Amino acid sequence: MQHRTIWSFVLVAMLLVTSACESRSDVAPVSVVPGSATGGGGGSGGMGTSTVSGTVTIEGAAPMAEVIRMNSDPVCVQEATTTDTEYYIVGEESTLGNVFVYVKEGISGTYPPASETVVLDQKGCRYNPHIFGLQVGQTVQIVNSDPTLHNIHATPAANAEFNTGQPIQGMTLDRQFDQPEVMVPFKCDVHGWMNSYAGVLPHPFFATTGSDGAFDLSNLPAGDYVVEAWHEMLGTQTQNVTVGDGETTEVSFSFSVG
Amino acid sequence: MRWLHQYTKLLTVASLVLITAGGLVTSTGSGLAVPDWPNTYGYFMFSFPLSKMVGGILYEHGHRLIASIVGMLTIGLVIWLARTESRVWVRRLGWLALAAVITQGTLGGLTVLYFLPPLISISHAGLAQLFFVLVVSLTVFTSPGWRAQYRRPHPLSDRTLLWLTRVIPFVIYCQILIGATMRHTDAGLAIPTFPLPFGLLIPSVWTTGIAFNFAHRVGALVVTVLILATVAHVLYHHRSVRTLARPALLLGGLICLQFSLGALTVLSQKQVYINTAHVAVGATVLVASVALALRVHRMSFRDAEMQQQQHEPCIGSAPADSEAQA
Repeated sequence: MQHRTIWSFVLVAMLLVTSACESRSDVAPVSVVPGSATGGGGGSGGMGTSTVSGTVTIEGAAPMAEVIRMNSDPVCVQEATTTDTEYYIVGEESTLGNVFVYVKEGISGTYPPASETVVLDQKGCRYNPHIFGLQVGQTVQIVNSDPTLHNIHATPAANAEFNTGQPIQGMTLDRQFDQPEVMVPFKCDVHGWMNSYAGVLPHPFFATTGSDGAFDLSNLPAGDYVVEAWHEMLGTQTQNVTVGDGETTEVSFSFSVG
Repeated sequence: MRWLHQYTKLLTVASLVLITAGGLVTSTGSGLAVPDWPNTYGYFMFSFPLSKMVGGILYEHGHRLIASIVGMLTIGLVIWLARTESRVWVRRLGWLALAAVITQGTLGGLTVLYFLPPLISISHAGLAQLFFVLVVSLTVFTSPGWRAQYRRPHPLSDRTLLWLTRVIPFVIYCQILIGATMRHTDAGLAIPTFPLPFGLLIPSVWTTGIAFNFAHRVGALVVTVLILATVAHVLYHHRSVRTLARPALLLGGLICLQFSLGALTVLSQKQVYINTAHVAVGATVLVASVALALRVHRMSFRDAEMQQQQHEPCIGSAPADSEAQA
């Protein structure tokens, strides 16, 4: 009888927590558009008028996308709009998507976190976006848009690991990372195929390429930089870049397969 | 008493199922599919809807449910032993099994709450084997054969067999602990080739993962040689003693199967069912070696029991077929 009372309290507490989470979902999120630098910032780090832009391409034939078998959860089978893996998003003229491009070295000063909320949506048993960036201290809102359960398990090395369940459709979870880290992996242990990566940076100069392979790091102060391109299967490439005031410097990255 | 023995058999089967389910959790990477504990996504464990047992939740929550059943069966065993068992040390073993299963459940919860730290996960795997050994030992101790002392004297004078059967369970347990360490530090494919590591007898490059992987392979050889030597010894010297020959043959067959599964685990890149079968058969090899050791050492137990009976009266409800009459 006593145990029943305890468990009743636990259930009531969970209901309260759940309702609290649902009420937080009223906050209108701002989606990240892959392929564009996000964030704002300013402060002592300062914004400039220079731009580093370019294209990421792939040499050789990228492995064909594999079909993800989602039949361990019938809801996923029903909700999924695509079942292809997202490792290689290759556009016309061998452009490569889902590459995280960012300024690795050369940024001086500090940049406060952008006020916009980055949304990581779980929809169709996939993470959207698959690759994204955010600033240290910026909020990422993780949303469960699926009528099934997900757990959000972040496994960073420099930041704190977390694993939270979202059993109810519409639940949201807001998190921030307090250390720069490229990349923070996210995974769902319920649906083993779901994974995502976030680049956490102390500045707003980053972008994720779309299928056109294009990136644009704008509002940079003039200076010398090391720019890195990261791909989850093909590793990283870096280039030294010098950009003057009001100039746009073109940089291209080319990853080779095999 | 016969029903008590049948009950311990049931608990043995349930424990093996539990270990297999635990193996599936690790093999499928589902250890954190249920982020909370003791609840499941906020639900009271037993009220979690079956319809929501999807993906990794099926393995993790299923493991928890089976663990609960094993826990309840163990409580039942302790009660049964307390009411009917005359041997104090057997009753104490029952209590020890209960303590082990409670600790095991706590370790399982802690490893989830702390994101599968290797130390806790390895302890969880190691204690699971000890619990299984306790349950199988209780099954042996409550068996009619044990009570009848297997009807004939056992080869207490065979020092080689006594030594082998004392050493082998310990060596197997160490081997299982190395395997658990390898498993929970993701070093199962640190050496991706079989039979030779990187085509060499001894790896030319060493990392922690390679060291554990190599140690597990060396351990497999040691265990296999020891067991096959024991089987050969039993068949040569004690072939007519069925209570020894049968478990020895079973042990020999199991180690051959286990060795093959280990090789296939590497060659199949840790295919889920092969990998899990390797865990389950490993546990079976351990308890088979314990069962053989207990049978070989039956006379030592008889002496201890006789001494104890001289000092302790039987409990009031002791059945008529107590050891004194065996």
